[in-house]
Amino acid sequence: MALRAEESSRLAGLLSEHRERVTHRWVELVANSLRGRLSQAELRRQVEDLHRGMIEAAQGGALDLESEAAGELRAVLAELSRGRARQGFTATETAVSVYALKDALLELMETEADADTLRDYVAFSSFVDQMGLFTFESFVRTRESLIADQAEQLLELSTPVVKIWEGVVAVPLVGTLDSARAQVVMERLLQTLVDTGSPYAIIDITGVPAVDTQVAQHILKTVVAARLMGADCIISGIRPQIAQTIVALGIEFGDIATKASLADALRHVLRLTGVTTSRRQSRRES
Amino acid sequence: MERVPVLKIGDILLVSIQLDMSDQTAVQLQDDLAERIVSTGCHGVIIDITALDIVDSFVGRMLSTIASISKVLDAETVVVGMRPAVAITLVELGLSLNGIRTALNVERGMELIAAARPDEYDDGEGGDEDADDETTDTR
Repeated sequence: MALRAEESSRLAGLLSEHRERVTHRWVELVANSLRGRLSQAELRRQVEDLHRGMIEAAQGGALDLESEAAGELRAVLAELSRGRARQGFTATETAVSVYALKDALLELMETEADADTLRDYVAFSSFVDQMGLFTFESFVRTRESLIADQAEQLLELSTPVVKIWEGVVAVPLVGTLDSARAQVVMERLLQTLVDTGSPYAIIDITGVPAVDTQVAQHILKTVVAARLMGADCIISGIRPQIAQTIVALGIEFGDIATKASLADALRHVLRLTGVTTSRRQSRRES
Repeated sequence: MERVPVLKIGDILLVSIQLDMSDQTAVQLQDDLAERIVSTGCHGVIIDITALDIVDSFVGRMLSTIASISKVLDAETVVVGMRPAVAITLVELGLSLNGIRTALNVERGMELIAAARPDEYDDGEGGDEDADDETTDTR
């Protein structure tokens, strides 16, 4: 429900006339709900910003929150909810920062109890509701972008390519392998092969909880791409259960070498490259 | 018309493709390479595609053709320096460069060719190969 022009100007009048009283009560109410997790001065500044934004919007003839005159107010609200979302407040605590104004207004208007005041209060209150909804939307949007950022960071973190011998790199895969991750793994592995000039790569799937046809497809693609570039891949870390699943699903790894453990894979590669290892005789015994 | 240079390094011919291949340049390259393999008697060909951003079926077929020509002239072909993005695209398209050997870089490619012909220098010493020739003659 939109404000009417005269209501809007009455709101501006009311807010600027009782400026001190409204902001004081408002801060008090919000501070109660936040239980001291935000400093009084910070809260006062935010509330005063909101207060000023509302007066400006109302004086500019804003009839609802979408109108042009309320631009400043929207910016202040967005800023407030962004801050709250980043500081880890809940959605309720964020919304209360706006809804507390209703109580403050009610206490102010209670004194003159007639039908006009009641109608005004309902109109103001619906305007505050709009502000609350806007706050909520901004809050959710900020949270969503935070989650997206974290997912991306997780993607970066979880796919290291390590060099374990001269000319041998290993990719320890940890966690579920979906298409997006498989793509990142593939690109990073191939780039590392080029950068280090390593002709052998070991893909270790010990940390992959389940291998289905799609995961197998991703791994196979990586191996084929590496072959095209002139490098050989060995798949290691196949747990007994995974081996059974692979056979049950009828996945064929063809002529790609598969080993039970990373150690076996490394030994296999070293044998291919002609490196021999031997245990040094312990001198303590003699 | 642009031409792809063919460089001779020791016993190996090095072809570095640095421009987008057209039908004409591809045919020209095949001609030049066949000519050089015969005139120099080289036994290895390295095709460097580091500079290629796109390898489509056309380039793939050209590489296969060059490999086949070289094979007829008794030279080993190795394609080197394929970029990760190119390899991924080829896999996604389901194109495989059948019958072409690949290596990560020129150095590895040279090693591969050297490894494929360990008996290269036995020819002059008149070892087993001459004996083989004689037996085939007598048959």
